[in-house]
Amino acid sequence: MITFFVNGKERQVDVSPDTPLLWVLREKLGLTGSKYGCGEGLCGACTVHIDGTPQRSCITLVGDVKGKKVVTIEGISENDPVKKAWLAQEVSQCGYCQPGQIMSAVALLKKKPQPTDSDIDAAMSGNLCRCGTYGRIRRAIHSAAGKGATP
Amino acid sequence: MTTKKGMTRRQFLAASALAGGGLLLACHLPFGRRDAQAAGENEFAPNAYLRIAPNGRVTVIVNKSEMGQGVYTSLPMLVAEELCCDWKKVTFKASPVAPEYNHAQFGPLMVTGGSTSVRSEWDRLSLAGAAAREMLIAAAAKEWGVAPAVCRAENGSVLGPNGKKLGFGALAPKAALLPVPAKPQLKGGAKTILGKPLHRLDSPAKINGTAIFGIDVTVPGMLTAVIARPPVFGGTVKSFDAAKALKIPGVKQVVAVDAGVAVVADGFWPVQQGREALSIQWIEGAGAAVDSAAMRQQYAKLAATPGLVARTEGDAAGVLAKAKKRFEAEYEVPYLAHAPMEPLNCFVDLKAESCLIRTGSQFQTVDRAAAARVAGLKPEQVTLETTFLGGGFGRRACTGSDYIIEAVQVAKAVKQPVKVIRTRDDDTRAGYYRPMWYDRIAACLDDQGMPLAWQHRIVGQSIVAGTPFESAMVKDGIDDTSVEGAANTPYAIPNLQVELHSPTNPVPVLWWRSVGHSHTAFVMESMLDELAAAAGTDPYQYRRALLKKHPRTLKVLETAASKAGWGKKLPKGRGRGIAVHESFGSYVAQVAEASVNAKGQVTVHRVVCAVDCGKIVNPDTIKAQMESGITFGLSAALYGAITLKNGRVVQGNFDSYPLVRMNAMPRVEVHIVASKEAPGGVGEPGVPPIAPAVANALFSVSGARVRSLPMTPATVLAALTVKK
Repeated sequence: MITFFVNGKERQVDVSPDTPLLWVLREKLGLTGSKYGCGEGLCGACTVHIDGTPQRSCITLVGDVKGKKVVTIEGISENDPVKKAWLAQEVSQCGYCQPGQIMSAVALLKKKPQPTDSDIDAAMSGNLCRCGTYGRIRRAIHSAAGKGATP
Repeated sequence: MTTKKGMTRRQFLAASALAGGGLLLACHLPFGRRDAQAAGENEFAPNAYLRIAPNGRVTVIVNKSEMGQGVYTSLPMLVAEELCCDWKKVTFKASPVAPEYNHAQFGPLMVTGGSTSVRSEWDRLSLAGAAAREMLIAAAAKEWGVAPAVCRAENGSVLGPNGKKLGFGALAPKAALLPVPAKPQLKGGAKTILGKPLHRLDSPAKINGTAIFGIDVTVPGMLTAVIARPPVFGGTVKSFDAAKALKIPGVKQVVAVDAGVAVVADGFWPVQQGREALSIQWIEGAGAAVDSAAMRQQYAKLAATPGLVARTEGDAAGVLAKAKKRFEAEYEVPYLAHAPMEPLNCFVDLKAESCLIRTGSQFQTVDRAAAARVAGLKPEQVTLETTFLGGGFGRRACTGSDYIIEAVQVAKAVKQPVKVIRTRDDDTRAGYYRPMWYDRIAACLDDQGMPLAWQHRIVGQSIVAGTPFESAMVKDGIDDTSVEGAANTPYAIPNLQVELHSPTNPVPVLWWRSVGHSHTAFVMESMLDELAAAAGTDPYQYRRALLKKHPRTLKVLETAASKAGWGKKLPKGRGRGIAVHESFGSYVAQVAEASVNAKGQVTVHRVVCAVDCGKIVNPDTIKAQMESGITFGLSAALYGAITLKNGRVVQGNFDSYPLVRMNAMPRVEVHIVASKEAPGGVGEPGVPPIAPAVANALFSVSGARVRSLPMTPATVLAALTVKK
C-alpha cells in the first residue's frame, strides 16, 4: 500500500511502487484530467503539482510520492484566476493539453505573481500544444496576473 | 453550387418528411429513441438536429467531431440564430451514426473533414432552427387563438399581441404535437448570434478535466492493450514468445492480431512492461527496403520525365525551349506525422450481437463499417460513440480505419471490454503520413519580368489510390489532392503546365491538415518569390500584378501587407516574407517576420494573417483557427520530418519529432476581411501560407533560398553557402 494525498484527500493504492503516478491517478483514482501525451516528460500534458511544484506525472514513480501532496487539474478551484483567464481568453481548442498547461501556469503564478514574457517562456515551454494556443496562453497568464491582456 | 445547395435542402426536407411530427423523428433513430426516453417524454424534437426540454434547454445534436475547431459552438450558433433561442440555454451533444447525420455534401458518410463543417451544415442547421421556431410560434398562436403571423420568437420566448409571452420550454410539449413545416422560412433581418465572438460551449469541460477523450473512456472490468508492431510497413509476425510478458503482474493475455502482437492487461503500466518483455520474430518483407533518401533519388529522376498532365494552358514546353533564360528549381518536403496530442486509441465492448465503440473518430461511417466487418456484424449492430478528439488533423479520418480495426480484433480475442492505446512512439511510427513530395519547376519571364511560362512536375504518393475513395477522387490518373493549389493557381501565367507522377510504396499516407495545399503553397509561393527577385520586383507588388482577376485573393494579400507594415523599416537582422493561398473555399495571406543566426537557426518573430472565409459564424473561432494553422504549419516548416531507414521510421517521441513550443511561438495577428460570399473553411486554410512566408522572409533577410523543408540549421546553412 502506498499512501499519499490527492487534492487534499488521503489516498491509498495497492500498486507496484514503480508505477508512474499518471497511471495511478488515471486508472486507480479515476482522475482522467491529467493526460498521457508522451510518457517521457516531453510534452507536459500530465503535469500535476507535488508538494507545490509542477512535475511530470508520467515519469514520476508513485513510490516517490509516498506521504506527499499531489494536486491535479481536478483539484484546482473553479474560481482560480488562471481558469477564469483561460475562459476569458478562450484558450482551449482540442483541450487535451490544457489541464497540463493550467497546472504549469498556476505553479508559475504562485512562484512569480507578475511573470515577464521570458518567465512565461521558461515555465511554459515544457508544455506542448498541437493546436497552437500559445499566444492565448500567454495572454491568459498575463491577465490572471492582473496585468491585463497584452496585445 | 446551386446543386449542392439544392441537395442540402432536399436532404433536410427528406429528413423532415420522415419525421411526420414532433417526437417521431427522434424515435426512428435507434440512438434517438434511447436518447429521447432518457430525456423525458415532453422533450420537443422537431428534427434530428435539436431538442428543447420543458425547462427551455436547447440541445443541438452535432454531427461533426470536435477536435479543436469549435464545432460544438459554431454549429449550435447556426441553429440558435434561426431558432431565436436564449444562447445561455444552449448546449450540445455528439450525434450518433445515422443517415440524418451524414455529411450534407459528401454522400452517405458521416465525416468531419475538408474544413467543411460550417459550410456544409449552414443551410441544414439554419432550416432545422427555423422549422422549430415556426412550430413554437404555431403552438403559441394556437394557445392564444391568434394567427401565427402576429407572433414572433425572440431570445427563447414567443411574443404575441398585447404583451403575450410564452417561453420555449413551456411551449415545447405543445409544439411537439404539431406538424413539421415542409418549407421553413429563414427569418431574415439582423443577426443576433452569427458574427458574434461567443464563448465556446465546450471550454469549461476542457479546463477542469471533465471532458472525456477516447483515452479517458473506461468501464468496470475494462482491460488495456498495446500492440507490438512490425518494425517496417507490411511486416508480419513469424513467431513470438509471451512467457516473460505473461509473468508480469496484471498482464492477462498476449494475442496476435493483424497489426502485430497485443499485450492485454489491467492497466497501461503492465501492458507497457509486458510489451517490452515480448520476444517476437518478424517477417519484414519488402518494407525493409524502404528508405527515404533512396526514395528522394527516385522521385528526382521521375521529376525529370513527363508526368500525367493535370493542367495545361498555352505551350509551356515550347515557350521554355525558346527562352533566353530559364529559372529552374527543385523543391522537396518530407513525410509528416499528424502527431495529435492525444495518441490514437479505441475502446471496444464486443458482444455476440452488438459492438460498442467509443473513440475520437472523424470518419464514423467508414470506421463503423470496418468494425462491423471485423466483428462479423452488420454496421447497424455497431454503435460508435464519438468522444472529444485530442486533435485530429485528418489522422482520425483514416481510409484504412487502422486504429479501429486493431481494437476490434483485440476485443474479439479477449472477450472483455478493452481499450487499445498507442504510445507516442507507436503513434509516430505506425504510419499514415502526409506524403513526401518532390517538385520540379522550370519557368521563364517576359520582357517586363512577369512569368511567361511555368512547367511544374509534382512527384508523390496519392493518398486515395488503393482506397475505396480512389474511384471517386482520382480522375484520369490525377488525384486532385496531389495537385490542388498548383493546378488551379490563380496567378496569371499564360503558358502553364502542371504534371503529376504518383509513385507507390509501402508507406501509408493520408490527408494531413490542408492536404495537398500543405506542399503546393510552399512550392508555388517560394518559386513566385524567386521569380520576383529575378525580375527585381518587390514580391508583394509582383503578386498584386498577377492577381488582378482574383479580387478576394488580392484583398487578403493587400490586407496582410498593410497590417504588417509592408515596406516599412524593420529592426536590423529581420526580414519580411509574404505568401497568399486559397484553399477549402477561403483565402489567406500571411506576412512573416523572421531572422536567422550564425548557426542557421531561424526565429519567427511575428506573423500577420488576413483571411476571407466568406460570411462568418464566430469571428473568435476563425482567429483561433488561423493561429492554430499557423502554429501547425510552423512546426512543419521549422522541424517536421518523418524519415525511413531500412524500412524503419527514424522518429518516435517529441524529442525526435519536435513541435513549436511557447518559446518559439511568434506573435500572431489575425485580420478577418468582411465578406458576404458563401462560407469557406477555417480549420485548414491557415496552414499553407506560413512555410513559404517564413522561407521568403529568410530569403529577404539573408538571401538564402530554402527549397527543402524543414528549415533545419543544416538546410539553412547550406542555402546560405549556395548564396555566397
